[in-house]
Amino acid sequence: MVATTAPPPVERVAPQPPWAAGLSDVTASDASLRRFLHGLPGVDQVGAEARATMLATRSIKTVAKAWAIDLAITMIDLTTLEGQDTPGKVRALCAKAMRPDPSDPTVPRVAAVCVYPDMVPMAVQTLSGSGVRVASVATAFPSGRASLAVKLADTRDAVTAGADEIDMVIDRGAFLSGRYMQVHEEIVAVREACGNAHLKVILETGELVTYDNARRASWLAMLAGGDFIKTSTGKISPAATLPVTLVMLEAVRDFRDTTGRQVGVKPAGGIRTAKDAIKHLVLVNETAGDDWLDPDWFRIGASSLLNDLLMQRTKMATGRYSGPDYFTLD
Amino acid sequence: MSERIDVRKTYKLYIGGKFPRSESGRSYEVTDAKGRFLANAALASRKDARDAAVAARAAFPGWSSATAYNRGQVLYRVAELLEGRRTQFVSEVAAGEGLTARKAEALVDASIDRWVWYAGWSDKVMQVHGSANPVAGPYFDFSVPEPTGVVAVLAPQNSSLLGLVSVVASAIVTGNTVVVVASERSPLPAVTLSEVLATSDVPGGVVNILTGRAAEVAPWLAAHMDVNAIDLAGAPVDSVTDLQVAAADNLKRVLLPRLDDWTATPGTERMFAMLETKTVWHPIGV
Repeated sequence: MVATTAPPPVERVAPQPPWAAGLSDVTASDASLRRFLHGLPGVDQVGAEARATMLATRSIKTVAKAWAIDLAITMIDLTTLEGQDTPGKVRALCAKAMRPDPSDPTVPRVAAVCVYPDMVPMAVQTLSGSGVRVASVATAFPSGRASLAVKLADTRDAVTAGADEIDMVIDRGAFLSGRYMQVHEEIVAVREACGNAHLKVILETGELVTYDNARRASWLAMLAGGDFIKTSTGKISPAATLPVTLVMLEAVRDFRDTTGRQVGVKPAGGIRTAKDAIKHLVLVNETAGDDWLDPDWFRIGASSLLNDLLMQRTKMATGRYSGPDYFTLD
Repeated sequence: MSERIDVRKTYKLYIGGKFPRSESGRSYEVTDAKGRFLANAALASRKDARDAAVAARAAFPGWSSATAYNRGQVLYRVAELLEGRRTQFVSEVAAGEGLTARKAEALVDASIDRWVWYAGWSDKVMQVHGSANPVAGPYFDFSVPEPTGVVAVLAPQNSSLLGLVSVVASAIVTGNTVVVVASERSPLPAVTLSEVLATSDVPGGVVNILTGRAAEVAPWLAAHMDVNAIDLAGAPVDSVTDLQVAAADNLKRVLLPRLDDWTATPGTERMFAMLETKTVWHPIGV
């Protein structure tokens, strides 16, 4: 986690596993895509859960903890995705994103603010020049139940309004009924509509049920050109769990080993405490490696997490426990 | 028939309506007044105090917004359960404080009566402590008492049940939630009280009971920015000033220890010490 304790990064010799041979033409047809996705090795459920649990017991203290808390703050996609969002709420959230703790200028800013498309102009206006990016959900978030034309219009709308990043949802119905090519083509189309904006692909792992499906969906999203794979919308429980993040981190690691392209991971939903966030950072370091310990490659979708990180930070600075009274409500 | 083997007890903490072991994994031996082993009790750490404060904060909105009538009913029900555990309390108080059974019985009876007495105050505090204020303007001006929030309570060291009941009931009856550090030398009545509370209608987190050393845990509670008041009844004598200094950071209400005779009529002071006053200026016919 920190320079003083972390072992040197392991040199990865790019292996060419048999199931990844000829990756270029797996998306050529529906049949080849299905063959590839079903040819991925199955996830050892017990093993994945045990490993996630074991890594979660790592003790991160003092200097390493301070470093991890600041890193986690810089990785946050500060999110508000409610029907009751107002321009005022978005402005307040943006202010918090740029200066999480007004009484302490040493607190770093967060990575991005994540809002619904119609709130993008407000966020862009407030955040301009601050270095905090604007992410927008699109493609009929959170269900994704709309025609492709509507999804693309939704995406273009957000991009035109100035969103730097687009969080799309995949069509879980199509995925679960085995129409992988349809999901693939949809992601490719949205990717095109994004232009220069980064594309995060939300798999909604809570609806995919199994880790095998999470692994397949991860590969599908990466093959289709997603810049990030994201666990959940935050509207479905379970959202981001450690084992599912582990499976996705393995997928991005293997994908880079195979193709040379690095894809980011974003767990979202259910990460509320500094402890949870640090567990995820340990998982990143131990699974994908420290190349991913960077806001460009790992994000955490959250809202209440930020206050807990700030409280922990204050505790470390002052030596006494802090309370929610001293941080903004959101 | 062979002789029965004792079931040796290792008690746990009471936090948020659950009975966790100390996060530190530590425990200590509780002995009676003559030094004979009674049971093992959990030795709470600062992180247990932290968890307890979080649980108390979480329970505060629900408990403080319950109607006074409802809080009173809930507390009366606790008194009924205390009565049901009377013999257990008597033996624990007698052993812990080195008293005869008769004296212990008198203390336990007084404790239950004390609990009932405080329960009765729930719907009377506002009449007695609140007021309608005469003002020179077209306003109906009135002041009402409100609970201060999370109260850290260092329970008296020498009165393991009557003293404990006096400091806990006086704080929660008005809607506060508490983190209690029980008497270090005789914590068993506090442990039994937590078992009573767990089976009563008091929501989890309203009362959290830690056993262990006040000297270890109290500084963390006194400095905790999310604790609104601290009752130093059982604070180590030499640390009272330090605890007051630590408590000043967020302007906690501090109740200083005095030479309390816990058997005397308590009066309203303890209750009123943990209240805030809200004054409303309500415009009237202009």
